[in-house]
Amino acid sequence: MSGILVVAEHLQGRLRDPSLEAVSAARQLGGPVSVLVIAHDPRALVPAVSVEGVDEVLCAQVPAENFEPDTYLAAADSVVASRDFDAVLAAFTVNAMGFLPALAAKRGLGFSSDVFSLRADGDRIVATRAYYGSKVHAEVGFPAPPVLLVRPTAWPPAGGSSDPPVLDVEAPAVGARTTHVAFEEAPSGDVDITSAELLLSIGRGIGEKDNIEIFRELAEKMGATLSVSRPLVDAGWMPSSRQVGQSGKTVKPKVYLALGISGAVQHLAGMKTAGTIIAVNNDPESAIFRVAHYGAVADLFAVAEELGRQWPG
Amino acid sequence: MDIAVCVKHVATLGDEVELNDDATDVDPDYLEWTINEWDTYAVEEALRLREVAGGGEVVLVTVGDGGADESLRRGLAMGADRAVRIDPGEGAGILDPLTVAQALALAIDDVHPDLVLAGVQSSDAVQAATGTMVGQLLGLPTVAVVKRIELDPGAGRARVHRELEGGLVHVMEVATPAVLTVQTGINEPRYANLRAIKQAREKEIAVRDLDAGTRGCCRVERMFTPPAGETAEALGDDPAEIARRIVEIVTARLS
Repeated sequence: MSGILVVAEHLQGRLRDPSLEAVSAARQLGGPVSVLVIAHDPRALVPAVSVEGVDEVLCAQVPAENFEPDTYLAAADSVVASRDFDAVLAAFTVNAMGFLPALAAKRGLGFSSDVFSLRADGDRIVATRAYYGSKVHAEVGFPAPPVLLVRPTAWPPAGGSSDPPVLDVEAPAVGARTTHVAFEEAPSGDVDITSAELLLSIGRGIGEKDNIEIFRELAEKMGATLSVSRPLVDAGWMPSSRQVGQSGKTVKPKVYLALGISGAVQHLAGMKTAGTIIAVNNDPESAIFRVAHYGAVADLFAVAEELGRQWPG
Repeated sequence: MDIAVCVKHVATLGDEVELNDDATDVDPDYLEWTINEWDTYAVEEALRLREVAGGGEVVLVTVGDGGADESLRRGLAMGADRAVRIDPGEGAGILDPLTVAQALALAIDDVHPDLVLAGVQSSDAVQAATGTMVGQLLGLPTVAVVKRIELDPGAGRARVHRELEGGLVHVMEVATPAVLTVQTGINEPRYANLRAIKQAREKEIAVRDLDAGTRGCCRVERMFTPPAGETAEALGDDPAEIARRIVEIVTARLS
């Protein structure tokens, strides 16, 4: 390997953890690891990316204070054009989705996102990702050095500290066609699901809105906090403050009881570190069973009814 | 206000899985097909924006074999005007996002749209890349993962809300024409009534062949069912027994 480029991600002045996970993924491939920081003040982020295994930090200073797809693409493209990297890695995040596929299209590079395992087969990179609702996995190969967006939490964040050389790189001036307006925090809800010890979490499996009441009552009886997966928020049935997952809250209760949740990758990212995960779903192939400690393939309404009956007190 | 919408006919897998002979895809007999969920939101958003703008054409564009007409008909029944399907031939299997984006971009270019919408990702491949690649190939500004669009057609701009992780919203302005990838929950996709479904049968689906001259950006080399690994401990299959075990586990963990 002649070199791996990691594009670091930051938000509101802070490095985001998945960037350090991407560093771990890059180290696993072998070869020198360069980290590219595209920012208004990239030097401010150098200490945060100076972790073990980073051989070099590249600083691309840009006028934009916040993420701009055109500006970030031009900066990354200019670095990629100037050297022969074997791969470009970044975390699979919303910002990455906004410009790194464009980099692959522009440069004729390989591309895959949601990569959760990587290996080097000689000079060839082979990535593993999922298809069809995570029910099958596949190794994919690339016709050119690939841009790889790695699944958050698939690698441990690189730690330790190092003192790599820091290089300034030219970021071409572009007339960005987007302008930053503002960040808006999600409205806080009536409960904080991140502080609950017992979460009763429901998903698409509950079928219809009127059924929420069944689980609200059950949660109350069990002393649990009711949380939900994304489809129930999309449907407008529950507020986003109750949503577990990448676009909602990351939770780590002592017990996570998932009823009728199939386990989309984005949902799993928000709850897989829970102490004990119990899942009930009628589909035995549901991805939720792969992170659950206890599982039952059953009708969730029948189980809910029995739970209500058997819960002590 | 002419709007092009990228649509994908996606495959879902039931309880059972068999791979094809060279283990590069699931045996087609085990796949069921439907319109990509994200794309139903993109179609709905296009219909709403056209209403706000007071007219124009909504054109659906897809890459898929004849089976994909089912998803196109669904979008046409919702209210889109016509569709273009780029046919990769029977049994093309999993196409990579760059190959798809190149085909879509060529077809969209002919439409000269004021706006291009795509779903954030497809449920079967989850690359979250095609829309952004289409934007690059068309030379249009692109904003990914949008959950609100306020269009100002006269000013040639749109204000969009990007949904970042943890529920944080990034508000941006983007020059139009632009490519926007649409997140679920942005609206409530309408159901077509019977009359609309009938009318959709009369609407045009233009079919072209995929120019397979490109090498794409990735290729499935070996598909496999995930290793069992640490599987969940089974709680049985009788609801009363399952509930008894859950009570036992929860009370033990919380004590």
